[in-house]
Amino acid sequence: MLAFWMQYRVKLNQAIDDMAWALFQRIYQFFFDSGRSLIFFIESTKLIFTKPYRVEEIIKHMEFIGNKSILIISLTGAFTGMALSFQIYLGFNLVNATNLVGPTVALGISRELGPVLTGLIVAARAGGAMAARIGTMRVTEQIDALQVMGINAKQFLVSPRIVAAFITMPLLCGVFDFVAMLGAHVLGIYVLGLDEAIFWDKILLWIKPSDVFEGLIKAAVFGVTFATICTFKGYTTSGGAKGVGEATNQGVVHSMVMIIILNFFMTNFIRFYLAVING
Amino acid sequence: MGFKSAISMQQVTKSFDGGKEFVLNGIDLDIPKGQLTVIIGYSGTGKSVLLKHMLGLLQPTSGKVEVLGRDLASMSPDEMGRFRRRLGVLFQHAALFDDMTVLENVCFPLREHRRYWTAQQIVEVAETKLAASGLDPKHYGKLPGELSGGMRKRVGLARAIALDPEVILYDEPTTGLDPILSEMVDDLILETHQRVEGATSVVVSHDLFAAFRLADHMVMLDKGKVLLAGTQEDFHNSQVELIQRFLAKGFKK
Repeated sequence: MLAFWMQYRVKLNQAIDDMAWALFQRIYQFFFDSGRSLIFFIESTKLIFTKPYRVEEIIKHMEFIGNKSILIISLTGAFTGMALSFQIYLGFNLVNATNLVGPTVALGISRELGPVLTGLIVAARAGGAMAARIGTMRVTEQIDALQVMGINAKQFLVSPRIVAAFITMPLLCGVFDFVAMLGAHVLGIYVLGLDEAIFWDKILLWIKPSDVFEGLIKAAVFGVTFATICTFKGYTTSGGAKGVGEATNQGVVHSMVMIIILNFFMTNFIRFYLAVING
Repeated sequence: MGFKSAISMQQVTKSFDGGKEFVLNGIDLDIPKGQLTVIIGYSGTGKSVLLKHMLGLLQPTSGKVEVLGRDLASMSPDEMGRFRRRLGVLFQHAALFDDMTVLENVCFPLREHRRYWTAQQIVEVAETKLAASGLDPKHYGKLPGELSGGMRKRVGLARAIALDPEVILYDEPTTGLDPILSEMVDDLILETHQRVEGATSVVVSHDLFAAFRLADHMVMLDKGKVLLAGTQEDFHNSQVELIQRFLAKGFKK
């Protein structure tokens, strides 16, 4: 019995060691890739300001990131706004503070849920497509073909996507905020029976333009983040169709994790910054 | 040597794993200017890696690569970009941009580098190049995915010669094609080489028949080294066992 237990314990220890080592490797790889993505971002950003300017490409990618995401963003926004207002109503009803449902929903949406959910959804939809597209171009030698034609492949493929995401994401976040507030309004007024005048009056009283801008700035940063990570993963793809699949998967997962982490730090940074400038 | 070099490589080595294994193992090579050179060798002897060094897509671990008298290692990225306009490449699978039509693919390098041309001029030149590579105009509006292997090679060739390059490189141009199509592609390479006056052509291939049909000058690689470089006659007269075996097997096939 003891011998069996000893043998079992050795195997268990080995399994725990393996798991810890695998976890360490994954964390190490995450930070290593993040560093390489940052260098890639700096190189690509420099190329935005060098001739030839890729305005046509930027507009094309804005259409892809923005226009084609509006429906899913609106749908998510509407249901998020409704769900949030319902949950907040349930909580505030206990302390008889339903007057504050409107501003609380608005704060939550504009500062946190709007940019974060927009970032996650667009990273999955457009970011995944970016990684897959550029990855396919890499493994089918299309990127080599661009370089051999004397065209800077990074300037042609990466920089316009980063600019397009930077411009488009705040707009999408604005759409998300607007539709989410509409959803909250519909549920709050017509289903939960809140007073319409109080709902909007309190929002106008408590919500400052800086709250909305905070969300829009975050959205722009998240756009740059997922565009950089996904294009980087695509650009460095190797190993045929399997490699493209892995690059797409890693690009999306890495972007999502980074958006969540960045959101925390940006919230603190922006609050600190506002506190400083407001004395 | 007795000829002027278009491409010169001196003691070029390449390792992808920090020096454990070398794909190129001290290549000394001169590609004659204005001639059609075929680089042959068994699979995995470093032919395509060698070609990528000539294009500056890979940097050698050690050694020097000079193309048209310029040391590639000494060029800045901008210089390299400008310099590469003097080279044209037909990739193994043509590497056409799959979201552009045939005509757009050929117009693309012209739009990028002939910015002072009108759209009409660009289309006219692109159509001339496509016609020269023997593609029927009814295919000009198609996407690459709708074309056969042979047609894709024709479009790839038209795009490669769009900027009237001084050196045209072909990476395994007949891989994956049936014997009739392979012969058609070989003819196309020969025609293109003869039509573009003074152009240097470099074909990387494992097809011995094609090599003897096309080559003014031949190079055989083995284990990342040049086994023999010379004329067709030099190859026929060679006493190197590996070359004799390669020739025997190639012609028996």
